[in-house]
Amino acid sequence: MSDQGIVWEVFVQKKPGQPFVHCGNVHAHDAELALQNARDLYARRNEGTALWVVPAKYIVASSPEDVGPFFDPANEKIYRHPTFYTVPEGISHM
Amino acid sequence: MENINFEDNFESKLSRNENIEPKDWMPEDYRKANIRQISQHAHSEIIGMLPEGNWITRAPSLRRKMVLLAKVQDEAGHGLYLYSACETLGISREEILDQLYTGKAKYSSIFNYPTLTWADMGAIGWLVDGAAIMNQVMLQRTSYGPYARAMVRICKEESFHQRQGYEIMCTLAKGSPAQKEMAQDALNRWWWPTLMMFGPPDKESIHTAQAVKWKIKRETNDQLRQRFVNQTVPQGEMIGLTFPDEKLKWNESKKNYDFGEPNWEEFQNVIHGNGPCNKERLSTRVTAHKEGKWVREALEAYANKKKKVAA
Repeated sequence: MSDQGIVWEVFVQKKPGQPFVHCGNVHAHDAELALQNARDLYARRNEGTALWVVPAKYIVASSPEDVGPFFDPANEKIYRHPTFYTVPEGISHM
Repeated sequence: MENINFEDNFESKLSRNENIEPKDWMPEDYRKANIRQISQHAHSEIIGMLPEGNWITRAPSLRRKMVLLAKVQDEAGHGLYLYSACETLGISREEILDQLYTGKAKYSSIFNYPTLTWADMGAIGWLVDGAAIMNQVMLQRTSYGPYARAMVRICKEESFHQRQGYEIMCTLAKGSPAQKEMAQDALNRWWWPTLMMFGPPDKESIHTAQAVKWKIKRETNDQLRQRFVNQTVPQGEMIGLTFPDEKLKWNESKKNYDFGEPNWEEFQNVIHGNGPCNKERLSTRVTAHKEGKWVREALEAYANKKKKVAA
């Protein structure tokens, strides 16, 4: 066990309403200090207005080798896209 | 299901200029080369705080003191971004630090030179950070994702360092004769060690060719060094300073400056631990780590206590 605590992944939100984006990680023994360290390290220059910290061990990630089947966009299911449908001439705002 | 050929997958990602990510398969040597380069870079940021830290209490004005403090704080941050990127390669923070403390991992040879006068703060910002930026701009396109992203953040923060250094040099250069002399003396002492920061000549560099092939580095030591000289010499001449190199001369046909050869023997000496401040720098860092132990222990004890109270 590290005397610097566990690894926390840090996510920053640039502006209210925008998605949180991963920006790196910090070490800390608890959530409060992880948040404090994240602020000190990743938000010194207006980088954001909100932060998430998550213990790295709780992040479940897909494997790179899944990239084909796992993310298959099912391109043959063209009816999922709005362009599949025809709309009568003269109809607007649809 | 067809068998994925990991090696082909890695190579084709590189050829498409896609980043390699922590969970991707990668050759063991690629992983090692990245650990070596990223940790060496991180250590340089951390050790780099020491020569400038020496001058925080002696800065000539409150403005200069605030700026220097902010700069040293940035360097700590840069070190942490890079340690964080390095850990994604499966090496622990302890192990990374241990490699520095035992001398297994290196840091930039430049930080083994002493900072004798206030003008050295100018020369370091202008020259040393200028050379570092030259490297770092290239590394924003390095092939390992977490390293590239850390470099993007570092580059955003770095250009203030170079400007504050050049500003110090400008102020001294137009000051009293003694101040101008101080600036010139600093330039004379830092010029050659700065050129050495880019590493040995390409024909002698043991890591460059492979690093370029893996797209860890995008340009070679000699290319970066030439570009640095081209950019920096006019900046120095503009404020009336001269460079300690008789061979330095604009070459109109090559559109480059010709310049002399750094003393590579000295370079080898410094990276092998025999520079003017090697022992002092490392022992300062080791002592800081040891003396900070109680803080880390207190943080842990406090976190445990809070957990108990909550339970």
